[in-house]
Amino acid sequence: MANPKLAVWKFASCDGCQLTLLDCEDELLEIAGRVDIAEFLEASSGRSGGPYDVSLVEGSVTTAHDAQRIQEIRANSKVLITIGACATAGGIQSLRNFADVAEFTRQVYAHPDYISTLATATPISDHVKVDFELRGCPINKRQLIELISATLAGRTPHVPKTSQCTECKAHGTVCVLVAHGTPCLGPVTQAGCGNLCPSHGRGCYGCFGPKEAPNPESLSARLAELGETPRQIRDLYRSFNAAAPDFSRESQRHD
Amino acid sequence: MTEKIIQVDALARVEGEGALYVKLNGDVLEKCEFRIFEPPRFFEAFLQGRDYHEAPDITSRICGICPIAYIASSSQAMEQALGIEITPEIHALRRALYCGEWIQSHTLHAAMLHAPDFLGLDSAMDIARDAPDLVRKALRLKKLGNTLMEVIGGRAVHPVNTRVGGFYTAPPRAAIEALLPELDWGAQAARELALDFARFDFPDDEGDYHFVSLTHPEVYPIIEGRIGSSRGLDIAPAEWEAHFVEEHVARSNALHGHMRDGSAYLTGPLARYALNFARLSPTAQQTARDCGLGEVVTNPFKSILVRMVEVQYAVEEAARILRGYTPPAPAFVEAAAPRAGTGHGATEAPRGLCYHSYRLDGEGRIVEARIVPPTSQNQPQIEADLARVVQANLALNDGALKLRCEQTIRNYDPCISCATHFLKLTVDRG
Repeated sequence: MANPKLAVWKFASCDGCQLTLLDCEDELLEIAGRVDIAEFLEASSGRSGGPYDVSLVEGSVTTAHDAQRIQEIRANSKVLITIGACATAGGIQSLRNFADVAEFTRQVYAHPDYISTLATATPISDHVKVDFELRGCPINKRQLIELISATLAGRTPHVPKTSQCTECKAHGTVCVLVAHGTPCLGPVTQAGCGNLCPSHGRGCYGCFGPKEAPNPESLSARLAELGETPRQIRDLYRSFNAAAPDFSRESQRHD
Repeated sequence: MTEKIIQVDALARVEGEGALYVKLNGDVLEKCEFRIFEPPRFFEAFLQGRDYHEAPDITSRICGICPIAYIASSSQAMEQALGIEITPEIHALRRALYCGEWIQSHTLHAAMLHAPDFLGLDSAMDIARDAPDLVRKALRLKKLGNTLMEVIGGRAVHPVNTRVGGFYTAPPRAAIEALLPELDWGAQAARELALDFARFDFPDDEGDYHFVSLTHPEVYPIIEGRIGSSRGLDIAPAEWEAHFVEEHVARSNALHGHMRDGSAYLTGPLARYALNFARLSPTAQQTARDCGLGEVVTNPFKSILVRMVEVQYAVEEAARILRGYTPPAPAFVEAAAPRAGTGHGATEAPRGLCYHSYRLDGEGRIVEARIVPPTSQNQPQIEADLARVVQANLALNDGALKLRCEQTIRNYDPCISCATHFLKLTVDRG
């Protein structure tokens, strides 16, 4: 049986999530032996063309050309999986969604007429059907390997949708919010990074996006009691997953 | 006269989305463009109004391959604006962390993105079929760089443990000591890879470069020193604006960097090496000599060797810093109080000089941000290299010439994702 054809695509992003695939140093050659890499421009100039069994998509849609391109990729892919916060929620560049992008362009470019961009940065799922979304800014290497293994085996990846708090408890990390009064998005953020920020003594800043059915109103009330201003609370939700609906709504409540 | 067009719509083995376009009329080169069509992300616009302490985490997202460059340059700029003096111990740890980025980024580029060009292959995975040990060695070395970033920075891509003033938590001594045996292995591995790559058949090419990089009297510069050049420039990072400009051209979503007189310059490994060879370790210098390199390298195709010499140096330097490591206490220096002011930061990203400046208001919020990445500075020089290489290789057939052009761009390890986001702020909203 021929190896499944894998494609890796980039939209507006920092390249960090596709880099995470190359950062699987111990597994990379084995993965490369199990798939036919048909498109992975960052790593290979070989391009064998579609249709593709699995497409991994990094980045968000920010231009009319990219809005068209994702349609073509979807039409040529049996399974389409988004990797990272840009592709699943719009990424940091979705901060433009809360501003006037024409004004942004006028401010920052000497020749705004050279620039072709959409008013919003949107997740891939706003444009096409997505079969699975891997969270994170960036994605976690272990979750990526689980995703690839599961997809090759034809099963659903095991990726928990619980909160960061469960990771802290599992790792025995002291709660920075309770013990030190440090603002932390852990209670409303999906687990998966590997318990990074609280274990380094800082609050979670939400790079894995909202957990399933979060309660940000309750968290914001506690943050206000700790002395955070409405602007600080707004900006806490307004970063790498700013356009994720649960974070976007909560940030606008404090705007 | 016959017209010939060499066009590559989507460059492979570079970070981000770019294309090249060369138009020849007979033997006359009419047009030569390195286009960046990576969509703009407006970092400098949306940084306005954010708190100073958010800049390192936000700007790290400009590039997943060199996040430390953005974290370090923005932290440095904020520290200057706020009057924070970091301790020598924090400085050393930040330098060791940055060594990790040099190791992983350079090894990724040299072994996985650049080496296939010299072997006529599509990717490192193809190299692994004939030379699995070489690729495994490179992967292990790259992993060492990532491990340094994980142990000191908390994560390899977009580290979480760094902050303005230092680190959230000092890495425990045991975790640092556990790195030392692999660092000892890594210095030798980098040397071996450099010598392996030195056997490649390098095209004849010489650029007449104006090299620009940080310079320092005592150490090979990473996060310290003044901005110097091969034509006598010697300025503090704060004087950047007086000497460099960025221009917005129609064909590119990245700004083109020039000297004030309009001339191109080159930043990156070749520039650092040429201006600071004497500050490399004797062992790294020896590797350079054994690779047949002089103290100045002007053949851009040999940048792959200079990168591996820098990897060897970075591994040795990390080991030097971390041997006898004592966790810095405190792990960070806090600002006395937010204050209005301007700060500048300049550090050596793997691809070259990464300059940041920020103006803050009295509450420590960003009023204006300016970020100049290496690839946008190198863009005019990349086009000049392309023109030179095309003129010198008109006898090649179309396929070979096209490949040579692609390779000319890959000599720079261009980070297009970085280059795109740098948009000069022309309106003061303060």
